Amino acid sequence: MSYAAVHDDVHHDHKPTGIGRWLFSTNHKDIGTMYMVFALIMFFIGGAMAMVIRLELFQPGLQFVDPQFFNSMTTVHALVMIFGAVMPAGVGLANWMIPMMIGAPDMAFPRMNNMSFWILPFAFALLLSTFFMQGGAPAGGWTMYPPLVLQLGDGLPFLIFAVHFLGISSIMGAINIIATVFNMRAPGMTFMRLPLFVWTWIITAFLLIAAMPVLAGAVTMLLTDKYFGTAFFDAAGGGDPVLFQHVFWFFGHPEVYILVLPSFGIISQIIPTFARKPLFGYASMVYATASIAFLSFFVWAHHMFTAGMPLAGELFFMYATMAIAVPTGVKVFNWTATMWRGSMTFETPMLFSIGVLFMFTLGGFTGLMMGITPVDFQYHDTYFIVAHFHYVLVPGIVFGIIAGVYYWLPKWTGYMYDETLGKWHFWLSTISVNVLFFPMHFLGLAGMPRRIPDYNTQFTDWNQIISIGGLAFGLSQLILVWVVIKCVRGGEKATDQVWEGAHGLEFTLPSPPPFHSFTTPPKVTEAMAHS
Amino acid sequence: MSVDKLKKAMCGVLAVALYLASGTVFAALTDMPLNLTRGVTETSQRVYDLHMIILYIVTVIGIIVFGVMCWSIFHHRKSKGAVAAQFHHSTTAEIIWTIIPIIILVAMAVPATKTLVFMEQTSDAEMTLKVTGYQWKWRYDYLEEGVTIWSALHEDSNKARQRDPSIDPETVENYLLEVDNPIVLPVDTKIRILTTADDVIHAWWVPALGWKRDAIPGFITDNWTNIKEPGIYRGQCAELCGRDHAFMPIVVHAVPKAEYVAWIETQKAEQAASAASANKTFTKDELMRKGEQIYTTQCAACHQAEGQGIEGVFPSLVGGAIATGPAADHIDIVLNGKNLMPAFKEQLNDAELAAVITFERNKWGNYEKITAKGHADVVQPADVKATR
Ligand code: HEM
Ligand SMILES: [Cu+2]
Ligand SMILES: [Cu+2]
Repeated sequence: MSYAAVHDDVHHDHKPTGIGRWLFSTNHKDIGTMYMVFALIMFFIGGAMAMVIRLELFQPGLQFVDPQFFNSMTTVHALVMIFGAVMPAGVGLANWMIPMMIGAPDMAFPRMNNMSFWILPFAFALLLSTFFMQGGAPAGGWTMYPPLVLQLGDGLPFLIFAVHFLGISSIMGAINIIATVFNMRAPGMTFMRLPLFVWTWIITAFLLIAAMPVLAGAVTMLLTDKYFGTAFFDAAGGGDPVLFQHVFWFFGHPEVYILVLPSFGIISQIIPTFARKPLFGYASMVYATASIAFLSFFVWAHHMFTAGMPLAGELFFMYATMAIAVPTGVKVFNWTATMWRGSMTFETPMLFSIGVLFMFTLGGFTGLMMGITPVDFQYHDTYFIVAHFHYVLVPGIVFGIIAGVYYWLPKWTGYMYDETLGKWHFWLSTISVNVLFFPMHFLGLAGMPRRIPDYNTQFTDWNQIISIGGLAFGLSQLILVWVVIKCVRGGEKATDQVWEGAHGLEFTLPSPPPFHSFTTPPKVTEAMAHS
Repeated sequence: MSVDKLKKAMCGVLAVALYLASGTVFAALTDMPLNLTRGVTETSQRVYDLHMIILYIVTVIGIIVFGVMCWSIFHHRKSKGAVAAQFHHSTTAEIIWTIIPIIILVAMAVPATKTLVFMEQTSDAEMTLKVTGYQWKWRYDYLEEGVTIWSALHEDSNKARQRDPSIDPETVENYLLEVDNPIVLPVDTKIRILTTADDVIHAWWVPALGWKRDAIPGFITDNWTNIKEPGIYRGQCAELCGRDHAFMPIVVHAVPKAEYVAWIETQKAEQAASAASANKTFTKDELMRKGEQIYTTQCAACHQAEGQGIEGVFPSLVGGAIATGPAADHIDIVLNGKNLMPAFKEQLNDAELAAVITFERNKWGNYEKITAKGHADVVQPADVKATR
């Protein structure tokens, strides 16, 4: 199928030029690019903080930083990575791909799209400026538990307003995605023909709309507790510090699925392409994703088992957490079945997707272990947890995003990236990520608490191995930057289809696609959607 | 050599290398910490067994799932001439892999539920220990005996954990896992342990007992333990509680009952003696010596070893307005605290307070400033008592 009309359009694109093109952009691709670049910068800022953490932990004793600054590093590292790197990268991919995947010219609300991006740099300027303030940057953990967080100096209101801005930005992004998918699908693109990436993003968008206001409420209560004399979380005034944890994790657990679902969507696009075989169990994938999202609102207290809860509460949250393993298992089995009896090749996007498949599953196993309440009393707040959420976050989610970047980069730029460099990037990342995170399981089980700048000497060996893995992982990511820059500048021309096994509307457009994706809506048939 | 042979040779070399590597790795691993402790209570042993069962279950599932993935990756590749099948769903398969996990999960939930129910039985305790978390130390109250113990990081660890340490951490035994005053508990006794906190949330965790529990200001949570074997068991605060979160360890000496009773009696006698010392008058030397000890354990964490404090967070005591001002103001802030500065009136008795205040007023050149301004340099227990 070809879109001659669209091909012609390439030469008549009216792109604004100069800095104005970016500042006032209402174009989904330019905004998507800005999101991705922003996420990459934040990934390196957060990564630099991780390097400080690993440097200090290389040896027992305090060599480089004060414990208070160390706590700021762990706190801001997490906030930057979650809200600055992973979430914007997901939104960036959504911006770039969703209109092209559903056959639309652009997003439904282009101006709101511009605003939701441009809020981000301001929000992070607020957050990072706290490093220069009386009392320093936030140091009470990304979870911001009171009363500790209320001991923060002048930085507290900046932290709170930064969180508010991030929330507003995410909600606007989510509304835009929902409006786009619900209203701008090409003729014939029914819901059950949507690519899985689009599906996972609709579900993510609903999660965002439900969860972000809860976080905003929680931090607003912190603000009024500190400055306006309320006592939501102060026992002396009739409040309860644990209330904050309930509210926070009611946001927090759905948040982890906000982070991971887009990555699930990405690998659901990639695996069929390189297995040259349709996605196994499309419908069950959609239902599994929806049930994961639904269940994610009923498991929050598994983060708070040690806070003390009635037995019935502990049992409820244990069973609910275990229940999530069922739809998660379905997804893993479906991906495996997609590869089964395929005709696979292993280009970089496929390698990273397979990495997700293995290592997310590993993180899921430890998640299941921690869901078992009586054992979680031992695991909680140790390095075992740090291992768990880094497995799901880094080789689970970040790898998924990277897979997406490699997969669609030729489409975006019109050039093939350097496959050899891509493979180096994958293998170095995969080896180092395991050296970095796997030994954390041992440390946690052996009794090393998380969020500490110094430790007993029995933990030295593992910590040194971990720090070396960390440095190697950090350096490996420079290859990604190199690959992207090289690819933007030129290389072998990419075809429209880019990959031999690729399907989907985005691969019917030229590479690079015209500035306004589909100016005439394509017609979608069942055969196109599921092949 | 053909490509095929080359590949085989390489695989062989790789296998041998891996085997050798795993040998050295294994040797090293036997000295490196790897797993949860089995602990010394019924609870910790049940928890450990549960942990191992689940670990085995997920390992087996992992081997099967990863095995299938690997099989497919190796055999269903285009370079081997694999032709893609075009199936895209199978209701039977999907039902099977929904039902089987459910069965496994239920099988896991049964022992988990039993253990949890067992752990929640806090009734019928023979004695009660109340644990209170402070930034950054622990207070223990033996409720039936009226004995209170304050327990903070041991002096050696405290010196070794400074930025420019006077002792190398490597040379400190039980670095960061030793306290000045360990608590003593009897074995074979069901002990109810109440946790709470004074300032922020902490968590009391001794791995060998099998659980941790948050210590929450304004609330009391209820737990229990029954230690089977005498021994020394160490733990740490497990909930981020500010700057020195890493430096508030827990040490439990579990001893036979008779030994415990003897220990409690000495504690009672010591507490009576220290209450009496509040009425004594000390020499400046005595106060300075005692004051220095108290300063290192109680004050140096924030105000630093040389009294210089931390810019913008903890004020310097070197020539500071209060440290060189009227004695009454100095006593007041140490007794009652202010913002981040904790109140010490519960933690220290009058003699100890007098000693540490005297120490601060005479150290770091403060003596000269105080005498120049005409304020008192020595503070006696009676002065503190009068301000209380
Ligand atoms: C989807 C990707 C996932 C992400 C991004 C994720 C992330 C996280 C994070 C960040 C934490 C630590 C929070 C904190 O204490 O600061 C955590 C803890 C936890 N996760 Fe996950 N997780 C994921 C998947 C899962 C799964 C699949 C399960 C269970 C089936 C699970 C169960 C748990 C439990 C029980 C805890 C609490 C452990 C404790 O604090 O003791 N997680 N996760
Ligand atoms: Cu969760
Ligand atoms: Cu603590």
